[in-house]
Amino acid sequence: MEYPDDLRYSREHEWVRLDGDAGVIGISDFAQDQLGDIVYVALPAVGSEVKFMEKCGEIESVKAVSDLYSPVSGEVLARNDSLIEQPELVNSAPYGDGWLLQVRLIDPSELERLLGTQEYKDLTARAEE
Amino acid sequence: MSSTTLRRTTLYSQHKALGAKMVPFADWEMPIQYTGIIEEHHAVRERAGIFDVSHMGRLDVSGPDAARLLRHVSTYDIARLSTGEGHYSLLCNEEGGILDDIYVFSVEDGCFIVVTNAANAEKDRDWIIEHTLAGLDVNVKDIQTVTAMIAIQGPEARERVASLSPAPLSEVKPRNCLDDIEIAGRRAFISRTGYTGEGGFEIVTMASDGPAVWDALLNGGALACGLGARDTLRLEAALLLYGNDIDRTVDPFEAGLGWVVSLDDGADFIGRQALLRAKERGPERSLVCLLTEENGIPRAGCAILHEDKQVGKVSSGGFSPSLRRGIAMGYVPSGLRTEGTELTVDVRGKPLPMRIVKRPFYSRKSA
Repeated sequence: MEYPDDLRYSREHEWVRLDGDAGVIGISDFAQDQLGDIVYVALPAVGSEVKFMEKCGEIESVKAVSDLYSPVSGEVLARNDSLIEQPELVNSAPYGDGWLLQVRLIDPSELERLLGTQEYKDLTARAEE
Repeated sequence: MSSTTLRRTTLYSQHKALGAKMVPFADWEMPIQYTGIIEEHHAVRERAGIFDVSHMGRLDVSGPDAARLLRHVSTYDIARLSTGEGHYSLLCNEEGGILDDIYVFSVEDGCFIVVTNAANAEKDRDWIIEHTLAGLDVNVKDIQTVTAMIAIQGPEARERVASLSPAPLSEVKPRNCLDDIEIAGRRAFISRTGYTGEGGFEIVTMASDGPAVWDALLNGGALACGLGARDTLRLEAALLLYGNDIDRTVDPFEAGLGWVVSLDDGADFIGRQALLRAKERGPERSLVCLLTEENGIPRAGCAILHEDKQVGKVSSGGFSPSLRRGIAMGYVPSGLRTEGTELTVDVRGKPLPMRIVKRPFYSRKSA
């Protein structure tokens, strides 16, 4: 299981990578592994607002559906529409081609309320027990 | 509440060694997936996959009156079975409700093997024993724990088994069985049955021989498949799952299982009177297959609507890896069961348009 060091993680297993005043959002390797084969991703429209740790979409695997929570507040600048045809990218490259949204941050201090890599690793280790 | 320990099959170490994700299923700790549900699904559709189905119930029903007992407790006229033949059947209660769907194999004169659902194994065994009529000379033996059961399914299933066995597999017709054959050097009972919509075999060995047979099939190139793929495969084939699609509140005619209810041999099996009436009445509701062309996946329990009014519920639903679409089965009033009927399924508050399609969703290209 991989957890890149340059990310902040939510307790709901989303990650955010800061890029200027925007953040790129995805779900963690742990999350994609728990969900199994992802077959459908529903994301908010470009231009819509997402709020810190509020539901902003759904990720559906063969087994089950899970809510997606936004780890930051802001305006959706882009979404990964290649997931419409290839939702399995979330499984194969959760931190790369399987990214979900790019959001313009309105409150960068929210990042401090997220977990660092080690804290998140500890969380997933407990979840696996 | 005391915490119950999950039971493990004789193949448990095999599953762990393959890195399976294990989940609780009907008192058993079973693999839900190894490499991934979709990969395992396609392996069965295109090549061959193996499943540990040791959690299913297995009964040996033997004695001069074995056939009479099985005819009394199940709906299909098993007197029609010759040695080496098997058939799908049902256990019903007096009201005609389905207690379980089962497979009955005629192994030899006065000797049958009955395969039941994991969740019902003990209930079925006790039901059959309780309903053994006085004076019948028959013995019902539970052979679940002393045996292992492995399914191999897919277009390459036969050649995979044939490479490990001298048995005349090509002579076994669908649903039929061969007893006392050798596979990977171990003794086995096999039947040409399964739960995936593909051809293949189910293999019963002594529990202690299970790991050797499993390993031999795996080394022969079959992919280990878990309960996740088993469910997507059976749903595409529109095979029913007890507890979801059928249970004691459903009669066989509603479920499209009239073909396993033999009423014309005059045998007085349990539920016969109720089922005669049910057949005459005709089912008020019917199980249908639903397909969507849109994004969205119907799940068990979702409401089925017709013209904004709820008319039924999804009994099984999910994503079809073969069709890459959401598919479902569910009960609707019989007046609506026609192919092509447009219905709506409420998927967590969102309406998903679905259409009734011919059963099954998937059938294999070649026999």
